Amino acid sequence: MEHSLAYDHDDLVGQVPSDPALRIKALESVLVEMGLVDPAAIDAWIETYEKRIGPHNGAKVVARAWADPGYRQRLLGDPSGAIGEMDLLGVQGQHMAVVENTPAVHNLVVCTLCSCYPWPLLGLPPRWYKSAPYRSRAIIDPRGVLKEFGVDIGPGTEVRVWDSTAEVRYLVLPERPAGTEKMSENELAALVTRDAMIGTARIAPPSGSRP
Amino acid sequence: MNGTHDMGGMHGYGPIAPEADEPVFHETWEARMFGLRRAMTSPPGFSIDRFRYLRETMPPVAYLTWSYYEHWYFATAQSLLEAGMITMEELRTGRAAAGRPKRNDAMRPADVERISKAGGKFARTIDTPPRFSAGQAVTARNLNPTSHTRLPRYARGKRGLVHRWHGAHVFADASARGDGECPQHLYTVMFTARELWGADAAPADKVYLDLWESYLDPA
Repeated sequence: MEHSLAYDHDDLVGQVPSDPALRIKALESVLVEMGLVDPAAIDAWIETYEKRIGPHNGAKVVARAWADPGYRQRLLGDPSGAIGEMDLLGVQGQHMAVVENTPAVHNLVVCTLCSCYPWPLLGLPPRWYKSAPYRSRAIIDPRGVLKEFGVDIGPGTEVRVWDSTAEVRYLVLPERPAGTEKMSENELAALVTRDAMIGTARIAPPSGSRP
Repeated sequence: MNGTHDMGGMHGYGPIAPEADEPVFHETWEARMFGLRRAMTSPPGFSIDRFRYLRETMPPVAYLTWSYYEHWYFATAQSLLEAGMITMEELRTGRAAAGRPKRNDAMRPADVERISKAGGKFARTIDTPPRFSAGQAVTARNLNPTSHTRLPRYARGKRGLVHRWHGAHVFADASARGDGECPQHLYTVMFTARELWGADAAPADKVYLDLWESYLDPA
């Protein structure tokens, strides 16, 4: 059975238009004609992930954890509960795990088998996260990968790589930079980057603050 | 299946190329494919696990040369073909064959926000108690199924420690085959980098994976 399935698949690749724009336009047209999709619902999904859902959501969670020790504790102990408090659970992010960076531990998230990623908090993954180089290397050479992203990890720091092999989605809680003690939650959120929440970046102290 | 998709630990794919100020979608067709997948009526019994499995069955050359949303196209088209909901001719021409009935139950724009928040829950309640507990030593079984599995090759036969129990979740391997949810206990298991990659790995580094109970034996 697996063999006949594989031959069908060769057929599919060889028989449909080679230009992806044409191929996908044809699929949409025929599904609309059959009543299997409403093009306005397609527009609504696109708009949701272009405008409403993105790394600014994860940044709010991180900023609250930095600003409110009680929230930080709930976030680490019951991540889905704490993220649910902020109404930020959703498709590809109902079952959350939050891993905290400290001077002793640096966390890095990958999905070696496909491209699992916490959509409700970070939006859709960037190309590099879905690419063969990242998926193959993050798990075996995390320190080399981090170096490529400009993050040097000293020998005294433990690296933990989280491979998202089930429906649990991982968010890195980055270290709060120095010089941010007087900042509001909104100001803190503006410092938090997507890559810091994947673990491929650290958050720099705000410009103007003393090192 | 031992496919091209199981990339963890492979060499030779080159440097990572992060893009500054990357747009959510690079091409209009990427956005259309994303929205289409999310909004469309799927074949009966379809699941995210079936979707992942179909991507894995792409011919290896296509898997490596087609981009991410082309993988989505492949799995979507293949799921419709195998359910008899579309023909190759319809995929080629973009026109429904004469006499195709038209349905009227597709997702509406007003449903999208609710589904984006409520969808995608995989935890289930089961009667059997968990076999393992946090801190317990386990070995990942050496399994080589020809269909979908979420036990990567690099972890098979390796010894680790249970880090956390997640309760029971839909079992991806069964769901991908169309055998139903068959929920099982799910655990995060910690492996040392040295256990997986040998003596050259940094001594304190760790790798954590989420593994279902039937992937594991007591060590």
